[in-house]
Amino acid sequence: MGGHSNWPEWIYIGVVVALMVWVGAEAWEAERLVEHVPEGAETIIVTGQQWFWTFEHEDGTKEIGELHVEVGKAYKLEIVSKDVNHSFNIHDYVVLMDAIPGRVNTVWFAPTDAGEHDIQCREYCGLIHYNMRGKLIVEDPTA
Amino acid sequence: MVLELQKPRPIWQIMFSTHHTDVGLLYLITSLGFLFLGGALALAIRAELFLPGAQIIGDAMTFNRIFTVHGTTLIFLFIIPFASSVGNYYVPIMVRYKDMAYPKLNAIAFWMIPPGGALIWLGFADFTWYATPPYSIISAPGPAADMWIFGLKILGISSVLGAINFIVTILKCKHPDMSIGQVPLLAWSFLSSSLIILVAIPTFAAALLMLLTDRLGVSGFFNPAMGGDPIAYAHLFWFTFHPEVYVLVIPAIGMMYEIIPRFSRKPIYSYNSGVFAFVLLSIVGFSSWAHHMYATGMSFTEKTVFMVGTLAAVPASAMHVFNFVATMWNARIKFLTPMMWSVGGIALFFSAGAGGVANAAMPLDFTTHDTYWVVGHFHLFVMGTIAFGSIGFLYYMFPYVTGRMYNETMGKIHFIMSFVGTVLVFFTQHVLGLYGMPRRIFDYPPIPEWIAMNQIATVGAMIIGVSMAIFLANMIYSSGKGKPANTEDPFGVGGKYYYPFEAKNPSH
Ligand code: HEM
Ligand SMILES: [Cu+2]
Ligand SMILES: [Cu+2]
Repeated sequence: MGGHSNWPEWIYIGVVVALMVWVGAEAWEAERLVEHVPEGAETIIVTGQQWFWTFEHEDGTKEIGELHVEVGKAYKLEIVSKDVNHSFNIHDYVVLMDAIPGRVNTVWFAPTDAGEHDIQCREYCGLIHYNMRGKLIVEDPTA
Repeated sequence: MVLELQKPRPIWQIMFSTHHTDVGLLYLITSLGFLFLGGALALAIRAELFLPGAQIIGDAMTFNRIFTVHGTTLIFLFIIPFASSVGNYYVPIMVRYKDMAYPKLNAIAFWMIPPGGALIWLGFADFTWYATPPYSIISAPGPAADMWIFGLKILGISSVLGAINFIVTILKCKHPDMSIGQVPLLAWSFLSSSLIILVAIPTFAAALLMLLTDRLGVSGFFNPAMGGDPIAYAHLFWFTFHPEVYVLVIPAIGMMYEIIPRFSRKPIYSYNSGVFAFVLLSIVGFSSWAHHMYATGMSFTEKTVFMVGTLAAVPASAMHVFNFVATMWNARIKFLTPMMWSVGGIALFFSAGAGGVANAAMPLDFTTHDTYWVVGHFHLFVMGTIAFGSIGFLYYMFPYVTGRMYNETMGKIHFIMSFVGTVLVFFTQHVLGLYGMPRRIFDYPPIPEWIAMNQIATVGAMIIGVSMAIFLANMIYSSGKGKPANTEDPFGVGGKYYYPFEAKNPSH
């Protein structure tokens, strides 16, 4: 390395490495919390198929394209697919999990306020992928 | 000159030649042709997304086919052949050898590209450039998908042959007086990227074969209905294509290593750290493939391992950026067109890298994955870094190839418009992704923010489109009528330019 000193480069690399360690540690900690499914969460089976979503609640009720849930409860979603890969996404609640045939993937969420949110497919699944959408309806039974 | 337009050679003499500059020229023209074809498809996609509802493309199937062919074309038929072109022209000269190690193999590797490209374009498949099963096994329509698979197999073989040729040329044919530590960084970039190709591409070749037999119904590797696992394909695919992004970006960085010290009129700040960062990148590039798969249901441990592997590649890339900035520091920089493209490319490389760190952090990835954020992110690499580095280098090698000068004003206009356009399109797409717009969608609901962002992106793309027309005009006009270049030092930056002193094409 020519006639110049290298310490600026070492300091810089040190800073970059430190930043990466920090990002990694924060992400690790956040993910650990996010992955921990709360006790007593209600299970909903979410099925993706070309090109709509079906939902089956614990009590056996089924819904197509719409998912009704209640404020303040935790839900564990078991995501499956009947044909090709899809990805179940409620953007407002940062819920994202692929639906892959032959597998059961789980993700959980706990809605905080009453309201409506978009559900969409976020993995290319063919012709109508662009319109494989649904609605999440969060109800407040006390209101 | 290679393309001596005053004393033209018949086209077939170039086509059947095996000399490295002729093969380089064939690669160059082919890759630029595909750049314009693939770019036209990009404009069609953007025009369609200007407003919600179906406008100019009309149906979802055609749209899906267009973005599939757009992506496949620009990666496999523009970036890779362009790098091969540069390698063909410069690697033999840089290691002071008369040609590539295997000239005939070199020509064969080039001639596999036209049939591969034809299969992809004529097939017009719709399963995205991932070709993810089970969609690609059970739903993707007939010959289109099979033609795509065959096309990609041919292109894969071509790049493996090319990689062998570069490795042997650099390691075995370099001048005996030259140690490996004196090989210019551009040649080092070809050595590292070729080594990645040799490890990565055969994996994908196997995956494609398995996909093909699955489609024929004789196997069920990836078909859950026959006991297979689609995720296995995702692993094979990303084991190839995550490192492959370094195959694409490393030569572009190598090109910047040629341009930046020259136009800064200073030696590179640290040759050793450049070499080290190349080699490091080509190793850690293999440790991060599954960061594309956080949402497939991986365990917490797996996700953590791949996050660490991904973050490990960041310091290696950051070293290159440091090297460039340190070289330009306090230098008498001459901002001609090639330098502008390189510096612009570094700025966008830095932004793309910062966005990549966000993707690597696993909880954040769930907001960005498979949204327009990702489209914006990787386009900052492919367009902002790789295409910028390549186009800058193209201006730089223009006098070398044609013996003439391009029009400097048009070159600068091309750069400024492309830079503004790139920022408009791809920064906006990051924001669009944060609003939750999924990628690969033909139509979207009329959400006001989505419409506004899409319109900005489309305007940006049109600006790039216009600048590319200026570029084409400049290249065509100047290669015939441009003023003859000073072949000693065409850019007036001091130091010696390469051609035609070091290598003479035998057919002159
Ligand atoms: C003006 C420049 C460009 C524009 C406006 C543009 C636009 C687009 C758009 C709108 C998509 C579809 C995104 C989606 O719906 O998921 C796309 C996908 C893609 N583009 Fe570009 N692009 C440009 C340049 C490039 C370049 C230079 C390359 C590579 C060198 C490239 C490679 C790709 C790839 C690999 C995909 C993914 C295709 C897929 O989803 O299967 N693009 N581009
Ligand atoms: Cu879907
Ligand atoms: Cu989908």
